[in-house]
Amino acid sequence: MAHTETRPLCVAIVGAGPAGLRAASTLVKAGLRPILINEAPEPGGQIYRRPPKALLLFRSAKDLYGADSHRASALDSAFDDMKERIDYRPSTSVWNATRRNDGRVRLHLCDASGEVDTLDCDKVVLATGAMDRIVPLPGWTEPGVWSLGGAQVMLKAQAQFVGRNPVFAGSGPLLYLVAWQYMKAGATPAAVIDASTFSAKLRAVPAMLARSAVAFRGLRMAVALRRRGILVLEGCHAERIDTTPTGFLVSWAGEQGSGDISGDAVAIGHGLKPEQQLAELLGCRLHFDPGAGQWLVETDRDGRASVPGVYLAGDMAMIRGAHAAETAGELSALAVLADAGLAPAYDGVRRIRLRRSMKRQDLFRKGLEAAFPFPSNRIENLPDETTVCRCEGVTAGDLRKAVAHWQPADVNRLKAMTRCGMGRCQSRLCGETAAALLAAGSGRDRSEVGFVRSQIPVKPLPIPARERETQR
Amino acid sequence: MSFRPTCHPVQGTDQRSPLNVIVDGTAMVARAGDTILSFLLRERGALRKTEFGDGSRLRAGFCAMGACQDCWVSLSDGRRVRACSTLVEQGMHFVTGLDNGAH
Amino acid sequence: MSNVYPISVLRSKPRICIVGGGIVGSAAAFFLAAAGCPVTLLERDTIGSKASGVNFGGVRRHARHPGELPLSIKSHRIWVKLEELIGHDCDLETPGHLKLALGEEEMAPLEAWLPVGREHGLDARLLSARELAELYPWLAPGLAGASYCAGDGFANPRLVAPGFARAAREAGALIREGCPVSAIEKGLCGWVVRPEEGGEVVADIVINATGAWATTIRMDFSAPVSPAPAAPQMFVTEPMPMRIMPVLGLVSGDIYLRQSVRGNIIFGGGRGKISADGWRSSPGETPFREVPAIMRRLIPDLGQALIIRSWTGIEGHTPDGLPVIGACPDQDGLFQAWGFSGHGFQMGPGVGQCLSELVLTGKTDIDLSAFDPTRFAHAAARTGGGIH
Repeated sequence: MAHTETRPLCVAIVGAGPAGLRAASTLVKAGLRPILINEAPEPGGQIYRRPPKALLLFRSAKDLYGADSHRASALDSAFDDMKERIDYRPSTSVWNATRRNDGRVRLHLCDASGEVDTLDCDKVVLATGAMDRIVPLPGWTEPGVWSLGGAQVMLKAQAQFVGRNPVFAGSGPLLYLVAWQYMKAGATPAAVIDASTFSAKLRAVPAMLARSAVAFRGLRMAVALRRRGILVLEGCHAERIDTTPTGFLVSWAGEQGSGDISGDAVAIGHGLKPEQQLAELLGCRLHFDPGAGQWLVETDRDGRASVPGVYLAGDMAMIRGAHAAETAGELSALAVLADAGLAPAYDGVRRIRLRRSMKRQDLFRKGLEAAFPFPSNRIENLPDETTVCRCEGVTAGDLRKAVAHWQPADVNRLKAMTRCGMGRCQSRLCGETAAALLAAGSGRDRSEVGFVRSQIPVKPLPIPARERETQR
Repeated sequence: MSFRPTCHPVQGTDQRSPLNVIVDGTAMVARAGDTILSFLLRERGALRKTEFGDGSRLRAGFCAMGACQDCWVSLSDGRRVRACSTLVEQGMHFVTGLDNGAH
Repeated sequence: MSNVYPISVLRSKPRICIVGGGIVGSAAAFFLAAAGCPVTLLERDTIGSKASGVNFGGVRRHARHPGELPLSIKSHRIWVKLEELIGHDCDLETPGHLKLALGEEEMAPLEAWLPVGREHGLDARLLSARELAELYPWLAPGLAGASYCAGDGFANPRLVAPGFARAAREAGALIREGCPVSAIEKGLCGWVVRPEEGGEVVADIVINATGAWATTIRMDFSAPVSPAPAAPQMFVTEPMPMRIMPVLGLVSGDIYLRQSVRGNIIFGGGRGKISADGWRSSPGETPFREVPAIMRRLIPDLGQALIIRSWTGIEGHTPDGLPVIGACPDQDGLFQAWGFSGHGFQMGPGVGQCLSELVLTGKTDIDLSAFDPTRFAHAAARTGGGIH
């Protein structure tokens, strides 16, 4: 039964980061009461993650969020303002999303106590964000090795350094940002090993000028790190991580030659990748984006997915960062209102402005993609002993052998034959590497070997403590 | 003596109220605001031994944001909790399966 | 006992076309190719993708319908020498199979089956409630008893059909995936199998091993029954430190459970959903609500193990729950092998071998009368006041 005058439009938003929060506040302004589902206990997502209350006394917004502290505070206030006017579900994860026969969307929830329940809505805005995009290397699974995002969250939300002298390696804006944040907070990064070359960054400057303030800030960070005497190696890769009696030894090689760096922690990452499982489960179409080098959910410019009633916002649609996520959140909410016939006329003007802003964000994003390309050739050259699937212990060598033996048509078949991607993380950390190894081993392009299909539950689900009666 | 990874409080933990917990039968003190990941890493250098793979098999989380699923630990009542996204509470009893001291 | 089926063998090594690449089709392809026949296997999706590759993986003779036991036992002999036959043991483990009776009334079928099983040479026995508690202390108290059969177990379903298909290919068979078939027709010089993409495969012998889709292919004759599709639901937990042996089942069938060698607990129960077009299945909510709870009640120590994945497959059911295996009397050279009603995985290799024996010699050592494809037509005629 479609929504009518008597039954108000029911909209659910999954994710309470900048995209989800902006979508919620836009809908609230239009007089709706959206359901905001947050996996974490506090809003803000990862970029604006709030530390637990016991730690807040010791951190200011500036400490936590740096240059973006005003945005974080604004989102904080927006949430506080609307808290009473939304149906807010903290500490609740969505582990499945299905379409009902009547076209409504059913979300499958699990709350903090482990109770499983379902929630039906007319429209869903998926704003589930992103996670680090990882290229494995020997030694990456040892305690003390983190993703760049993980190192950042430990600092921001737990006021802990993962090490006093961490080695940061990978590529992308996050690499410099986290190293700089550690330096500012009082640690001494051992080195920044940046896979991207100076020339790639130079070529990308015109595109990056679309957001010159951000680009300039990034440059200042690199300069500040160097000024502090921290070794910054451009065009170089971390090749392996060894544990010594006194810490980690990271071997590197590239344009600057080769060498070893000692540190007491390592943080790695090559940009971000979207968390798009729920969109996929709902039947939304994905396409391989050659610029991003990733499979992305197809959306129109306002965030509508290929399945009616499903809208995407923020990094889960495309990695564009926190500012763009806010814009996308608002755009998707306006699309929801327009599609439901609830949008007031002035929304059109606002929408045009937001779309223009997104265009600039997109240009900047393309610049970032050019400056920090994903190093697929690294994967092709991974030593056989490299653990690719850390959940199941599957190595690059295991995968190469299986590719030769079974000649799987796609990466799902490779998963079935090797167990790669069958562990707790459901291929989040290994799926892309497995696909790249299959492509390399079968002489195909990465776009031709598919992606690991999402299965439910999207995250591990404890056997229910109690079953609850569901209202339909 | 071998290297034991840990994490370092930016400002020290003394000002945060103590929480009495048990780890593998041993009484220990965590601090209000600690996630289970921060606490176990600081005090033990690892969270668990993973089931498969080469190397030490010791694991201490990775992404800290509930994505990699590498930090699940058990409480003594059988509950499974994701260490990076679960705060330590007074009286929690962790069963890690690690030898005492991890390394 | 042998059964003789009339077949006209135009060549000493008949040309074989197998439609359907599940375990039955793949095993048949292997045995026939190994015997020197030219074999073409056409599979609409990927080998084992609908049922054989995604099921529970149980390899069990225990508690089968008596009509299935000879075939199941023949198949078991193939299972235990898979490595020798196809180069991979498909992770076969044989810790035995335990069928549990929750209440006293459920002991009766177990007691009735035991002599039948023993007659067929199986090492089976009944266990009392006390024996259960002693042997398997991790089971919840209060069960009435069980039947245990040694030598049964499980394998990795993902490896078996592809393993047979790969061995068939090495023996000279042509295996085509992504090749759905639209029609099987009678031609002048044998059968003509028409792939949807065009072209044709001419064969002396056609084996229809298409599972739940057995009667969706256009054939010049009507089948006596169509398989009813069902989508059983499976779950798997994270690896667990405890050991649960053997493979567990309930008389009620509400849950079946095993622990893989890596520690994951694989369990199934309930049914998921099938898409309107009948080709895709997906997990449903009801099994999620009910089946993990049954497992927790049965094995309390599992506590709150994490479920990391749930999936479904599509299988075909017949009215009497027994498969359709054999030739239709007036369709010389066409063999049916489908409708395994949720318990065909273990029998697959045996069915493949039987089919190869029927094709090459006209007979097999297994009594296949319980699987006669015409039995439903006879039944319909009898009850419907038919023409005889």
